[in-house]
Amino acid sequence: MTYGPSAGQLVRPPEHHHETPYVPVFTGERREQLDTILSRYPTKMAALLPALWMVQDVHGWVSEQAVEEVAQVLELSPAYVKGVLSFYTMYHQHPVGKHFIQVCTTTPCNVCGAEDVVQAFLDATGCGELGVTSTDGRFTVIEVECLGACGFATPIMINDEFIESVTPERAARIVAERD
Amino acid sequence: MSDTTGPKMVTLTIEGRTAVVPEGTSIIEAAKTVGVLIPHYCYHPGLPVAGVCRMCLVDVERFPKLAPACATTVMEGQVVHVHTEKAREARTGVLEFLLINHPLDCPVCDQAGECELQDYTFQEGRAESRYEEPKRFNPVEDFGGDVMYVPNRCILCTRCVRFMGEVAEDPVLNVSERGDRAFIGKAEGHDLTNVWAGNVVDLCPVGALLSKDFLNKARAWELDRSASICTGCSQGCNITVETRDNTVVRLKPRSNPAVNEYFMCEVGRLDYRWINRRDRLDQPQVRGDGGVLHVADWEAALDAAAAALRGRRVHVLASANASNEALFLAGELMRTSGGRGVFRVALGDEAPLPGVPDLSLRAERAANGTGARVLGYETLSTTPTIAADDAVLVLDDSLEGDVPDALLEAIARGAVIVHVGTTLPARIAPLLQVALPITNHTEEEGTFTNLRGRVQRFLQSRTAPGLARPSWYVLADLTERVGVTSGFGTPAEVFTAISSVHPAFSELTYAQLALRGLPILDATARGLDAPTTAGVA
Amino acid sequence: MGYPNPSHGRETPVLSKYFGDPEARTLAGWRARGGYESLEKALGMDPVEIQTMVKDSGLRGRGGAGFPTGIKWSFMRPDGKTHYLCCNADESEPGTFKDREIMRWTPHGLVEGVALGAHAIYAETAYIYIRGEFTEPIARVTAAVEEAYAAGILGANAMGTGRRLDVHVHRGAGAYICGEETALMNSLEGRRGNPRIKPPFPAVAGLFGQPTTINNVETLTAVPYIIKHGADWYQGLGRDDNPKSRGTKLFSVCGNISRPGNYEVTMGFPFGEFLNELCGGALPGREIKAVIPGGSSVPILTREEAEGALMDYEGMVAAGTMLGSGGVIVFDDKQDMVKQIARLARFYAHESCAQCSQCREGTAWTTRILERIAAGDGHARDFDTLLSIGENMSGKTICVLSDSCATPVASGLKKFRHEFEAKLGPDRSRGVVPVMLTTNRSAVA
Repeated sequence: MTYGPSAGQLVRPPEHHHETPYVPVFTGERREQLDTILSRYPTKMAALLPALWMVQDVHGWVSEQAVEEVAQVLELSPAYVKGVLSFYTMYHQHPVGKHFIQVCTTTPCNVCGAEDVVQAFLDATGCGELGVTSTDGRFTVIEVECLGACGFATPIMINDEFIESVTPERAARIVAERD
Repeated sequence: MSDTTGPKMVTLTIEGRTAVVPEGTSIIEAAKTVGVLIPHYCYHPGLPVAGVCRMCLVDVERFPKLAPACATTVMEGQVVHVHTEKAREARTGVLEFLLINHPLDCPVCDQAGECELQDYTFQEGRAESRYEEPKRFNPVEDFGGDVMYVPNRCILCTRCVRFMGEVAEDPVLNVSERGDRAFIGKAEGHDLTNVWAGNVVDLCPVGALLSKDFLNKARAWELDRSASICTGCSQGCNITVETRDNTVVRLKPRSNPAVNEYFMCEVGRLDYRWINRRDRLDQPQVRGDGGVLHVADWEAALDAAAAALRGRRVHVLASANASNEALFLAGELMRTSGGRGVFRVALGDEAPLPGVPDLSLRAERAANGTGARVLGYETLSTTPTIAADDAVLVLDDSLEGDVPDALLEAIARGAVIVHVGTTLPARIAPLLQVALPITNHTEEEGTFTNLRGRVQRFLQSRTAPGLARPSWYVLADLTERVGVTSGFGTPAEVFTAISSVHPAFSELTYAQLALRGLPILDATARGLDAPTTAGVA
Repeated sequence: MGYPNPSHGRETPVLSKYFGDPEARTLAGWRARGGYESLEKALGMDPVEIQTMVKDSGLRGRGGAGFPTGIKWSFMRPDGKTHYLCCNADESEPGTFKDREIMRWTPHGLVEGVALGAHAIYAETAYIYIRGEFTEPIARVTAAVEEAYAAGILGANAMGTGRRLDVHVHRGAGAYICGEETALMNSLEGRRGNPRIKPPFPAVAGLFGQPTTINNVETLTAVPYIIKHGADWYQGLGRDDNPKSRGTKLFSVCGNISRPGNYEVTMGFPFGEFLNELCGGALPGREIKAVIPGGSSVPILTREEAEGALMDYEGMVAAGTMLGSGGVIVFDDKQDMVKQIARLARFYAHESCAQCSQCREGTAWTTRILERIAAGDGHARDFDTLLSIGENMSGKTICVLSDSCATPVASGLKKFRHEFEAKLGPDRSRGVVPVMLTTNRSAVA
């Protein structure tokens, strides 16, 4: 009966800080790629969302060190970058499973049985709970707000892959196909 | 306005009163000019407009919807209502929303009594809450510097974020997350250590950002407040000295568009404990037979001091935190006897507040170096030459802290030393003939002249310790006994004398200075617009 | 056409003609279908001429607000400033998935419309802001833009005219509110997606502070057809008795319906026939109970109200709702309206940008009450509270997200009150909750 964390909001997973040093994103080819992006806008700030995407592509999430790097490259403050980062739900502020599964459960999909699809993914991945990464580190399942494919209920995303018309039965197969 | 080059004026009606304001003025500012305060949270005249709290919604005739008074500019002939049913209901609604997750912990909140959420809720809020759901909870966070964040009380007005971003230009704060999960955040390792950061506590309209220094120290309604001037540097920020039971517990900026807008820095804000020090010189002392310093009554001490000074060349070692009045009176002793006046002043790094023109923590870390210069004192740069039968008047706390041996030796060469101070520094005590206890600037009134030549008054905020008397009073009495002045009964009379003697002060009167001060004449010609580069002995 | 279903004979496929046709995705395929002829023609026209033509066609913004496109364009005059065109491809309104199909199947159609629009408003640079979740549309549109650059359609010498035309794809990152035009501009500038206070309007100070026009994907994609077939042709599409809504419109249909998909019909199409004939009506053995016709932000209709409505801006207003984005959400008799309205409220609570007090707190409060009622712990006084909160959330904030949350709640409570009442639990009134523990007021003064 209580309104807990909203759909799509991650429950903070246990911190597993690896001792590996941070590898900068914007060097070599990726620095050139960023320069190309920068050339499309009159301000450096406008490249913030693209830069955060690049970080997430490389590291899988956006760490405090990554925030520092982006801030430095785009001449912004780390706090500013964090404020923007935390506004957009597709950026991960914490490490997530190798396969990050987002299941749309907003009204149009909800009336088509999306909650059963969510349950099927939680069961098949062994995550058990929304926002929790499976113990093997392979999966994280969250509910996501409207993916904009309402006629293809239930759409899901696994990382950047978009899959339409997922049923509870298909959910289990999709999970089984992942490494 | 008769000036044809001035801005175009717009006439409108607010709550039935006619306001005439320059084009481009917001309704909220126009309303102030006719004595109407439109309730608001996110709006602050010293910050860029955000328009997010939606508290200042007003009813403008012929507008289909309520308009935010902070973000709506005036139009000719506009008719604005603040207290219609529609506008009042909107405000009541906002107040209810702002309180649903609020812990309602006024009894333990430092902001209580000066909280705009509390004030407006008493004014227009609902008597009871309709909220029956669980409340959101976030833990208290130390933001570094002097600032603590209590997110449960935060109304996300973003004044703090805008101040750090747009005024301090050190964007260490942000709004994090969104929806009702949003909070004021910062990045790891980037604290509110900016020297201007403490202003976010003043700007916070609720109890979300608190001063760690002031935490749980006093309730707002227990405080006595007096207008004063910050002595932290030569900027001369206008401040309010707030005392509880005669003890200064905090300093707050007092708005003055010509000096500090609405702000003050941490150096000035947090350096107040010395004002409350207990080891004060609180009784006159005279060196008696046998060379022992003993307590005397004022009459005896003043007579002794006057006798010691009379007929000698008097040098004054002054403090850059002494008032214009004290400096002037002491100056009469040296002027009439051909002595010299010098003062010591500490220097530090400049730290400007980028968003406000000409507001900076100044290098010269004293309030009245400029006043001292205008009144004929020089910065002490070399060891002064003091002849064997000269007298030295040590004014205020010029021999506090680190004093070079050479300076003490030079002073010691004089025939007599009279000390007029708030304390009796250990190293001067053996040298002096008479010590006269005076009050510090929070215990007396007077004026300072800031680095731009603005003369500003400060008022008394606490009582004098022991038998200490105001500096101007002691020096008026002493100089009269020496025979170089006569008849001063109030600081205003001293100031009148200053303005009649010193051309720079002419045409200024004590009353006209009011609480925001006035510039001395010809400040630019005197080179007062350039930051001073005075050195220390 | 009713993609992914076969086209229905009563549809008028213009924008959707090539949905499901992979060949239309390539530059060669698009050219073979007459693509970029309109752009070439338009680049030879004076921008004012294009603005007038679009004005005459009667095209209105397809993103939801329905503002006449030609008039919006006519705010843009050569003034020596840098102008920008933003294409709003942040399609996020629950129930709406038409722009997605345009971008997936006819990305060149969009690029052509964007380039044409940029020329029509004296802009050299256009940005297509696509929501972050649309990975396939982003890939398709990006590929089309690259092809167009390579073919000299875009770039320093667009189609050999000597004029510069740049189109860039910008990926969002998960925020419904970025579909609001000023929030989109903030997001594109690298800020939080906070809607801006208007005025200034985008045409005066928009993206990067410059005069900016922002149009929806469907709107911009329609323009090349108007240039090709003429304003009169477009003006000729629609019901005879409503001159205000012209042309075709894509409707996304989802929820409990036999043939969900995108349908393109002329403005003013009868909604009852649309639902039952084109979309195949309810699923077997079920009955339609309620319909949200224009994306989740518009008032809910009962089946009867929906079946009597006409599908254009005015027709939907007459039925007590709005055309909105054309996202049709169908609920059948198996659905618990309380639960679904609570789910909608939760969506808005999740998406509120957190700026305005009413929205930040009101959407979450509404959600908490509705979820409590849905869980069987509600009381009749909650209805009054919900309506009162909704009132306080409407018409008072920078954008309309707050209103959008209140709207389905109010209409749901009005039209399906019996379902709410059936959920009520025992009264566990807590009595009066003091609003604030007080300090001594007189001492404060």
